[in-house]
Amino acid sequence: MEKTLKLIQSLSSTAEKVEAMDFTVAVAKDDLRKVAEKLKAEGWDYLINLTAVDNQENIEVVYHLSKSSDMEKLLVLKTKTEDMQNPIVETVCDLWESAGLYEREAYDFFGIRFLNNPDMRRLFLRPDWVGYPFRKDYDNTPNEKFSTSVHDVASMENVPSITLNHHGEIEEKNVNLFDNDEYIVNFGPQHPSTHGVLHLRISLDGENVKKIDPHFGYIHRGIEKMMESMTYPQMLFLTERLDYLCGSINRHALCMCVEKAMNIEVPKRAVYIRTIFDELNRIASHLLGWACMCNDMGSITSFIYGFRDREKIMDIFQETCGGRLMVNYYVIGGVAQDLHPNTVNRIKEFIPYLREMIKEYHTLFTGNPIARDRMTNCGFLSKEKAVALGMSGPNGRASGWHCDVRKVAPYAAYGEVNFDEVLHKGGDTIDRYMIRLEEIEQSLRIIEQLIDKLPDGDFKAKVPAIVKVPAGEYYQRVENARGDFGVYIKSTGEKSPYRIKFRSPSMVAVSGLDPICKGTKVADLIMIGGSLDYVIPCIDR
Amino acid sequence: MDFELVNLISWIDESLRDLCGDASWAVSLIEYVLIAIAFLGLYCVLALILILLERKICADFQCRIGPNRVGPWGLCQPIADMFKILLKEIITLKNNDKFLFFTAPFLILAGSLGTFGALQFGKGLVGVDFNVGIFYMLAISSLGVIGILLAGWSSDNKYTLIGAMRSGAQLISYEISAGISILTMVLLGGSLNLTDLIEGQKDSWYLFQGHIPAIIAFIIYLIAGHAETNRGPFDLPEAESELCAGYHTEYSGITFGFFYLAEYLNMFIIAGIGTMVFLGGWQPFHINYEWASGFNELMDYIPSYCWFVGKVFMLVLLSLWVRWSFPRLRIDQLLHLEWKILMPISLVNMLLMAGWVAYIAAQNN
Repeated sequence: MEKTLKLIQSLSSTAEKVEAMDFTVAVAKDDLRKVAEKLKAEGWDYLINLTAVDNQENIEVVYHLSKSSDMEKLLVLKTKTEDMQNPIVETVCDLWESAGLYEREAYDFFGIRFLNNPDMRRLFLRPDWVGYPFRKDYDNTPNEKFSTSVHDVASMENVPSITLNHHGEIEEKNVNLFDNDEYIVNFGPQHPSTHGVLHLRISLDGENVKKIDPHFGYIHRGIEKMMESMTYPQMLFLTERLDYLCGSINRHALCMCVEKAMNIEVPKRAVYIRTIFDELNRIASHLLGWACMCNDMGSITSFIYGFRDREKIMDIFQETCGGRLMVNYYVIGGVAQDLHPNTVNRIKEFIPYLREMIKEYHTLFTGNPIARDRMTNCGFLSKEKAVALGMSGPNGRASGWHCDVRKVAPYAAYGEVNFDEVLHKGGDTIDRYMIRLEEIEQSLRIIEQLIDKLPDGDFKAKVPAIVKVPAGEYYQRVENARGDFGVYIKSTGEKSPYRIKFRSPSMVAVSGLDPICKGTKVADLIMIGGSLDYVIPCIDR
Repeated sequence: MDFELVNLISWIDESLRDLCGDASWAVSLIEYVLIAIAFLGLYCVLALILILLERKICADFQCRIGPNRVGPWGLCQPIADMFKILLKEIITLKNNDKFLFFTAPFLILAGSLGTFGALQFGKGLVGVDFNVGIFYMLAISSLGVIGILLAGWSSDNKYTLIGAMRSGAQLISYEISAGISILTMVLLGGSLNLTDLIEGQKDSWYLFQGHIPAIIAFIIYLIAGHAETNRGPFDLPEAESELCAGYHTEYSGITFGFFYLAEYLNMFIIAGIGTMVFLGGWQPFHINYEWASGFNELMDYIPSYCWFVGKVFMLVLLSLWVRWSFPRLRIDQLLHLEWKILMPISLVNMLLMAGWVAYIAAQNN
């Protein structure tokens, strides 16, 4: 890492290392582009996250970088602009494709415009929204004059961008995304298989997909903004509302981030319980993902089968936690209560049961010639593209990208168990399909190893009554069922965070729809959407 | 004892003749009305039965219970559904062709009813019997395609249009295979008249008479016929996960009910045609050997309509089984299956059958 610092300093004399938990380097705004290009060339090809922070006298942009070949490495790159009225930062979206959406998000919430980013539309809010809500000086009193009329479609397709002309002046441009004579179909926001309130505008040529333009924000709840005025224990409850299908894992990320920042030692029993519940949650999520994908392909029976077995996991959760979907089980320092006396036995019964059922799934659906024909050689995603889009998780592993956070940067009890990271080489829909079923088996393996070794002792560490995270910046990654989920906290030492940002693996998955689906049929689009297994509430935080 | 319904019908006919005396036109008129009412009633009752059957069977496939609240074992569920659908508002759209929009469900229903009327339900239970019965059925069932295309077009919606176009491509393609495989059996039977065809299967069904060509034709007919009913894995026109509800997305209330009704009855009709052409219609199962004469007599005791309905429901069950276990095809795979696989095979199969018929004729001489 020191080498990287030297490298950055050789390009930018003002670059300096910032004292933080992760390796952080601050560079001047004008040097950012040079540094980014060099870093990309040096193998930092995976942009995990891009966050903007309003520091009141300046606006900061934080880039979390990693290497696809060595995911353990984490480099935080920071830059800032003092111009609060018209902040402009150069784009990096041509280097890391995933930056495109992140920069739109930063523009939407902070008003930072990114020079040379071809698409500077708002990402979540309506085009006629006034102000940038994540700015600290944003006036969030209810505005009665705010119109509730439906904004017209034309404004959704009008793409503004800014570039520098040859005089070095900023030039604003507006282009239309679609031609006038294109046949455009709205998929969503209400549609049976968008897996939530996703709105895709699709340009069709007969049955063939020409272009996809995703629109988010229909169920945006401003969770990150709300959390800025909440205490840490309160915040936990909202994390499960992000990716509700693997809520516990998201909650785990925030718990670990706070624990790491406050140096809280979590009792071993709690760590084991959390790992087991994470894996159960992953199984539940993969089962549902599998079921929904089968339903998208028209096999309703498989859908019900998936739900039937997921129900058993929900029952296990219910017994211990009271909740089923939102289990509200993890707290800072451990878990909320000890396991129910039945739980261990129930889990032990469940493992062989599910193994049998997975065989049934393979007979019912995987072995079906229609299903196989549809999934093979369809929806190809290369490893390079997956890395560029930041599509980690099962989708990335289906393309051969070794990106399991549980393996590359083990947390909780993952370092102590034997399990394989399921890797496929193909990158086709069938690989993404198979990988979920195979990961369920690996998760069962993990649970099997932990459930017998469950140590006695406390299930919760002593935590101060008022949780105050020391000033600083923290980032914690976990592997949730959809990939690399991250929590970024900037704290000023108060009892609520100054800025919190979640890295959503679903958002990058949706951004992959356009490159993957180009040229496929409408039916394939639905199937590929199912195979990417995105969850919209995680995007619309 | 003879439980054949034809006795009841002839008794009604005779009593009417006694009642009306010389006015034979009145007898005919009353009988026409009676027959129409009987067919319409049967059409609706069968739809109700099929809906319940499908819901119960699919629940069994999916480890669920299915409807069980309305009446014993949920028997009254379809009746409740029917009333609900009758009471629903018929939503009209703003910018569409209202005339075509409301004509389309009737066209579909007309096509389905027209075919239904030509089915032979039992000995003497024949609504329409004319010399080109099979031809008539193939022709009138195609009316449904026009209904679907109109429904999709006049709804002023992109989803319905995609659904209608898919449907047009699919139904027209699969009619070819279904038609050719039926014609293969017509070659064997030597008649287009349904009564003759069924009569020819008195000793042994065409499926067994025609040996391998007949079996191939039967399988092709089952696939193509299943595709004709627009049900999974061939449910592309409605593909609910892709197109919401395909061509009938914009219909509500009883206008949607017509599509619903026709879909279920088409399943019955396709199975009915298959039964008549391949499985001997209402003819009982006979083994064409001396030693089996006792068995054959026993089979004759079962009334003919029971045979017909039994066979049809067997085929319907098969179609339900397929529907609830297969994923949906993609449009190019669907057309590939028809134009590159089923149609060439059925054409070659027809030649095979011609050879087989010629061989039998040579043997008999």
